[in-house]
Amino acid sequence: MACAAAVFAASGCATTANNPKDPFEGFNRAMFAVNEGLDLVVKPVAQGYDAAAPLPVKVVVGNFFGNIWDVWTAVNNLLQGKGQQAVSDVGRVLINSTAGIGGAFDVAGEMGLTKHSEDFGQTLGKWGVGDGPYFYWPIIGPRTSRDTFGWVVDTYFDPVWRIDDIGLRNSLVATRYISVRASLLPADKVVEEAAFDKYDYIRNAYLQHRRSEIFDGELPHEAVDEESSQ
Amino acid sequence: MKALFSLLFALLTLVAPAVAQELAPDAMVRQVTEDVLAVVRQDKDIQSGNTRKAIDLVETKVLPYFNFQRMTALAVGRDWSKATPEQKKRLSEEFKTLLVRTYSNALTSYKNQTVVYKPSKLSAGDTSVVVRTEVVQPGSKPVQLDYSLEKQGDAWKVYDVVVAGVSLVTNYRDTFKQEVSNTGLDGLITMLSNRNKQLEAGKK
Repeated sequence: MACAAAVFAASGCATTANNPKDPFEGFNRAMFAVNEGLDLVVKPVAQGYDAAAPLPVKVVVGNFFGNIWDVWTAVNNLLQGKGQQAVSDVGRVLINSTAGIGGAFDVAGEMGLTKHSEDFGQTLGKWGVGDGPYFYWPIIGPRTSRDTFGWVVDTYFDPVWRIDDIGLRNSLVATRYISVRASLLPADKVVEEAAFDKYDYIRNAYLQHRRSEIFDGELPHEAVDEESSQ
Repeated sequence: MKALFSLLFALLTLVAPAVAQELAPDAMVRQVTEDVLAVVRQDKDIQSGNTRKAIDLVETKVLPYFNFQRMTALAVGRDWSKATPEQKKRLSEEFKTLLVRTYSNALTSYKNQTVVYKPSKLSAGDTSVVVRTEVVQPGSKPVQLDYSLEKQGDAWKVYDVVVAGVSLVTNYRDTFKQEVSNTGLDGLITMLSNRNKQLEAGKK
């Protein structure tokens, strides 16, 4: 539909920058190239970590940072009016920080308190804030305008960024970054082979993924048919 | 008496496959997933990245439950209706090859994940349903893996796979639409078949 509108507005759909969700495609593709360059360094580090660290270590690292984030998840669930989930998240933090030895083990998860994943961008989405133009940023990667703002708020309240000891803070931030990158390694190969245009594929996947996150995965599965254009 | 039991047993085993064909969609997803995972868990080649073997597995165990024509139609979008039967056939073939490879590749990264099956709401007379599952991996948030199925005659067929909210099918829409508007449906067929040849040639 939007494409049809563009035909009237401009002269055709066949140009590159024709996606209404991505008005700054030129800039974004440049930043995408920058990130692909950075990844030449980051990826081997993540691969090294993935190969060197035994699974229990990776699980503990994931749980540790996950536990810290659960606090923020609880706040966001509360902001979204999901009181029950917020209570469960607080319970998770209390249990995992104590019985789970500082968040190293997800004891609460085994007790049946499911892990949720929330951030301020999702909260804004729930409140009805639209995506806004799509961006691809260096280092942090894809974010809609709304999620870029959400990311700034997330980072401001992120306990890891608030640690006074700069050395400790930086090494924690770096460890978390590498741990997250390592968890994405399996997806790399799939994307490399599946995508005709990696930039395009990632943009579409990101937008779909965020939409689903805002609905907590319970996206009303619209009866998709050949005629509907998303 | 004993003979009677054996006869009954033999009859039961004969009847069993027929029953299996009328499986409910959620039971079917569970059965196929567990079948595939049982193989992957024991196959060191697949675990170490042997794509060819993973593709063979998917082709024998998974393919019969998928409706690729429908998937291709979804990925192509509105241009599908302009395609000739021959173009539809070729598009579906090429898209199938690509998706099977993608799906198989995902299997080679299998580590210690387990799959949790969520109850699905299906009322009598429904002809389409979403079966939700969750891939659980220690240390990180579970990944949602949903299958959309449609009833074709007596059998349920998958027409979309959605990973963490991302449809492996509709994620291609923008790219395909672009290609069709630039080079037409035949251009899209060429693009797909070139990619498949390239992947086949460079396969590990």
